[in-house]
Amino acid sequence: MKTLRGSVAVAGVGETAYYKRGDAPDAEAKLALTAILAACEDAGISPRDVDGFASFSNDRNDPSRLSAALGCRELRFSSMQWGGGGGGGSAAVANAAAAIAGGLAECVVVFRALAQGQFGRFGQGPRRNTIAGEFAHTIPYGLMSPAQMFAMKVVRFMHDHGVHQEALRAISLAAYHHAQNNPRAVMYGRPLDEATYDASRWIVEPFHLYDCCLENDGAAAMVLVSAERAAEFPHKPCYLLGAVAGSHHRAGAPVHNTPEYASSSFPTLAPRLYEMAGIGPQDVDVLQSYENFTGGVLMSIVEHGFCAPDACNEFFVKERFLAPGGDLPLNTSGGNLAECYMHGLGLVIEAVRQIRGDSSNPVPDAAVSMIISGPMVTPVSCCVFGSEATL
Amino acid sequence: MSQPYLAEGLPQPVPAPDGLDAPFWAGLAEEKILIQHCHSCQGWQWGPEWICHHCRSDNLGFEEVSGEGRIYSYERVWHPVHPALKDQGPYLIVLVSLPQAGDVRLVGNLLGDPEQTVEIGAPVRAVFEHHPQADPPFTLLQWQLTA
Repeated sequence: MKTLRGSVAVAGVGETAYYKRGDAPDAEAKLALTAILAACEDAGISPRDVDGFASFSNDRNDPSRLSAALGCRELRFSSMQWGGGGGGGSAAVANAAAAIAGGLAECVVVFRALAQGQFGRFGQGPRRNTIAGEFAHTIPYGLMSPAQMFAMKVVRFMHDHGVHQEALRAISLAAYHHAQNNPRAVMYGRPLDEATYDASRWIVEPFHLYDCCLENDGAAAMVLVSAERAAEFPHKPCYLLGAVAGSHHRAGAPVHNTPEYASSSFPTLAPRLYEMAGIGPQDVDVLQSYENFTGGVLMSIVEHGFCAPDACNEFFVKERFLAPGGDLPLNTSGGNLAECYMHGLGLVIEAVRQIRGDSSNPVPDAAVSMIISGPMVTPVSCCVFGSEATL
Repeated sequence: MSQPYLAEGLPQPVPAPDGLDAPFWAGLAEEKILIQHCHSCQGWQWGPEWICHHCRSDNLGFEEVSGEGRIYSYERVWHPVHPALKDQGPYLIVLVSLPQAGDVRLVGNLLGDPEQTVEIGAPVRAVFEHHPQADPPFTLLQWQLTA
C-alpha cells in the first residue's frame, strides 16, 4: 500500500493572537501573513523558502498573493480542499504532505485565516428575500445555521443509543478546563462548571450555548517539509503518520438524505487512517477532535473506535478527557470551544505541540497524537502525528 | 390553514433557476407532494438530482405520493439566527421519512405546541401552508401528528 507514513515532518507552527469576532486589529489578509511568518520563525526558516500553500473551506487568501507578499523564491504548489466547514483541516495537511512526498514542492505552509467580524458570522442566517436550490427546502422552515443543520443528526444518534446530555457536557467541560492553562485561549480566565453549563440557554436542543464553537478572528499556520529534513529545525521532530479525507459516497445527498444520517461522516475514514498510520485507537496518547458542536465530537470518538456507541454514558466523563492523567486527553488547548475557532487548524497545531512537548497542557511522553477534523460535514478528514520513536 | 407556523420574513422559496425542483413547488401549490422517481429502476430520491443515484438513468419524473410520513429526527430551536424570528420563541423542525417513497426524507416544521414532547418514529401527515400574498406566492409543506 502506498502511504504518507513517516514521509513528512512539521518544521514549525504559529498563530496570531486570537480574538473574539470583530475584535481583530488587522485585516484578515494581514492575519494570514502574520500567522505564516510566525510559523516560519518557529521553524527557523526564511519565508523565501516556502514554495507551497494548502488551505480549506474557501479561505479568501490566495496563495499567489501570499507568495508575492512573503517574497517566496518560487510558488510550486497551491491547493484548496473542496468542501465547507472544518472538514478540510486534516485534508489540507494531507494535500500538503502528498505534494512534498510526490516532489511537487519542498516546503508547504498549511494555513487558515478567518475574520468573522469582517466577513460575516457563521452562526447567522442569510439576509435575502428569496432562496433557491437545496436551501429552499430548509431555510424557509427556520433551518439555516450550522447548529440547526447538525442538531438533528445528534438527536437521532442520542435517541438510537440512549445517550444523555451529560455526555455532551463532559466534552465542553474538558475544553474549558484546558483553556484555563492556555494564555492564547479566548476563554482563558473564564472557567466553566457543571451548574453553569446546565443553566446555560439552549441554542438548539441538544446544544446548550457551551456545546457550540466560538466565532473568532485570527489565523493559524504550520510548515511542512520532507521527513529527511526533520533534524534541521529547532523543535523536537514531529512526523506525519497518516492523513486521510473523504466520506460515504452519499454523504452529500441533498436535503438531509444521506443514508448514514446519525453520523459524524467518519465510518469509511477511520479504518483507512489507522491502516496508514499503523496504529489503533488504543495507541493514541492524545486526541484533538473538532468541535463545531459537542455532539459531533461524541460521534467522531465513537466512529474512530474509542468507545462503543451504546457505551457513551459511561465513557464520556470529564476526568477521562483531562490532561495530563486522563485515559484520552481531549482538546488540550481548549479547542474550538474555548481556545479559538480557527476552523480547527488550531487543533492541528496543538496536536503537534503535544509531540514536541510544548503544549500548555502537556501529556507526558505523548508519542501518538491524533486529529479529527470537521465532523458531520462532507468531506471530512483526520490525521495522526508521531514522535521519532513511532517511525 | 390560516396562520403560518413561523413569523413572516424568512427568505421565501423559489424554484431553482435550472428548473430541477420546479415540479415540486408547483405541486405544493396544488396540495400535491411530488417526489422524484426513476422510470428505469423505480427508485426514489430527494432532493431532486439530474440522474438517478440508484441506476444512473436520466429517465426521471415526479410522482405524487400520499402525505403520510414518520418522524425520522427533529430539533427544537431556541436561539433565533434571523431577525424575522426575533420574537418567535422556540420552534420545532422535523425530518420526515416517506415510507411509500423509499423512505426519502423531507424537512418541515411540526405544527402544534413548540414545547411538546416529540417521538422519533411517530406518524405524521402533511399540511400545506399557503402564502398567497407573497411575491411570488409559495407553499410550504408542514407536518402534524396523525391523530
